[in-house]
Amino acid sequence: MSEQTLRKLPLRILPPALLATRRGALGGKESVHVVERHARAYRHQWVMLVSGFFEPLFYLLSIGVGLGELVGKVQFAGMSVGFTSFVAPALLATSAMNGAVLDSTFNVFFRLKYAKLYDSALATPMRSGDLALGEISWALIRGGLYACAFMVVMLAMGLVHSAWAVLAVPTALLIGFAFASVGMAATTFMKSWQHFEFILLATLPMFLFSATFYPLSVYPRPVQILVDVTPLYQGIAILRGLTLGVVTPGLLWHALYLAVLGVAGLALASRRISRLLLK
Amino acid sequence: MPAPDILVRAHELTKRFGQFTAVDAISFELRQGEAFGFLGPNGAGKSSTMRMIGCVSPPTGGELSILGMDPVADGPAIRSRLGVVPQEDTLDVELTVRENLLIYGRYFGLPRAVIADRTDRLLDFVQLTERGNDQVEPLSGGMKRRLTIARSLINDPEILLLDEPTTGLDPQARHVVWDRLFRLKQQGVTLILTTHYMDEAEQLCDRLVVMDGGKIAAEGSPRELIDQYSSAEVLELRFHPSEHDQAAEKLRDVPAERMEVLADRVLLYVPDGDAALAAAGDLGLEPLTSLVRRSTLEDVFLRLTGRRLED
Ligand SMILES: Nc1ncnc2c1ncn2[C@@H]1O[C@H](COP(=O)(O)OP(=O)(O)O)[C@@H](O)[C@H]1O
Ligand SMILES: [Mg+2]
Repeated sequence: MSEQTLRKLPLRILPPALLATRRGALGGKESVHVVERHARAYRHQWVMLVSGFFEPLFYLLSIGVGLGELVGKVQFAGMSVGFTSFVAPALLATSAMNGAVLDSTFNVFFRLKYAKLYDSALATPMRSGDLALGEISWALIRGGLYACAFMVVMLAMGLVHSAWAVLAVPTALLIGFAFASVGMAATTFMKSWQHFEFILLATLPMFLFSATFYPLSVYPRPVQILVDVTPLYQGIAILRGLTLGVVTPGLLWHALYLAVLGVAGLALASRRISRLLLK
Repeated sequence: MPAPDILVRAHELTKRFGQFTAVDAISFELRQGEAFGFLGPNGAGKSSTMRMIGCVSPPTGGELSILGMDPVADGPAIRSRLGVVPQEDTLDVELTVRENLLIYGRYFGLPRAVIADRTDRLLDFVQLTERGNDQVEPLSGGMKRRLTIARSLINDPEILLLDEPTTGLDPQARHVVWDRLFRLKQQGVTLILTTHYMDEAEQLCDRLVVMDGGKIAAEGSPRELIDQYSSAEVLELRFHPSEHDQAAEKLRDVPAERMEVLADRVLLYVPDGDAALAAAGDLGLEPLTSLVRRSTLEDVFLRLTGRRLED
């Protein structure tokens, strides 16, 4: 398959996925009540909220700044870019991924299997789609706050080189949407806590190999194609383009990829919740 | 079109899980303002039926209409008018008592002010006002059950579904719950409840069906069922284990409508228990203990199924 066909693949998956969904399967405004519930619950454990701010920051300081001293400049799109400026958008993308995955997997699994949160909500007018969309929205709100904080740090450190960077936070939200949806859908298939190892098995290599610390061009061609079709790479490509000011129409493909993944994951998560709980 | 005062109508309603039939073509009607019960042992299909009425389990056969609507097509619209107390408590342990009512009310799309108002009233009703700002986990089983009942009332439901409302509670906590449910009944709330306690069914239900193996074995008011399927009085006799079988054989000579030989007792269904006891004495039988009592739904169940409700 050529790169071009791979990129068009989502277009063949999305319309059937949408057709297959029933009324309300993608959630409605009722999903806001899930967000409201989580906001209440987290009031009692705000420490969990704060920790999310620091994780990407520590990465930026240790890898970006620390390694940056040693590495110096990186070649990107014909420009010579400081290593920290090069890595920072990738860390933002990674943190958007990790935050979304954490919220939509561990927490969702607990609510689904142990807390019976969805069972009680489904006895009310709430629908499976509202629950799925609500969980994903919550992950996005959290992720959005962290992304804003990270951008402030990037600005302060002089790592933002273009006005396009105003789109960085929305992009982080898009990354979060894709990963939260897929994470939640995957969680509905999990039977025990052991299965969560698979999540680390998927996210860690993506973090390490998605051209996070060096340009994609260092890989041989087959590996480049492989990386090019993984979801985190899409996010890194967009964010890096935006903060370094290398904006091409090609970035829209990456965005479309993430959007399609998000919608498909949301539809699947919603269907699975119905399958599991409304039987 | 259902008649206006029929809130739930089920016709040959069926629920299958794979090959297994949990609810087997049952038909019943729920009328406005009544307390309607499903009495049956574990596995009878009570919860499966309740979940279908609660629109969280699609029927696999037959017809079901709730408030004149179809549970599959109009689930959210129907659920907005129901109150549900599930068999297992599903309270939110990450929230306080008051927050549980707040968030549950929000699921119904109710404004916060309305919820706050109702919360005060409902917590007072279930006697949990003092615990309003406490976490849920430390509450006793009875308190959690009462909180679940308060939660189910937050949307001012037209029908309240209670799946085994007092199972697992100690006798005192049960009585508190019964008292609250009785008050709701007095206020005209339409109740559907399931239970495997015959005393619960007798106290709370205006009308009930006896359910066993997914089927309805009988239907009527507690009084009607007892009149129809049992005698006025029951004589319970307990013998020394070594004499049990022999005594049971001899007792066949005592005139009775029916006799049940249980593992540890013999039950004689008679119009007059004292007369039957005297007759047993005349036969030279010397029971270790004897008891004359009125018939209960337990006797009805035994008659209909040959088994006891609780093991
Ligand atoms: N989700 C399910 N999958 C398979 N079997 C089920 C399911 N739910 C209930 N059953 C079976 O259906 C029967 C009736 O169960 P239930 O309706 O819970 O009875 P009750 O509430 O009267 O104890 C039981 O044998 C139970 O094992
Ligand atoms: Mg049950």
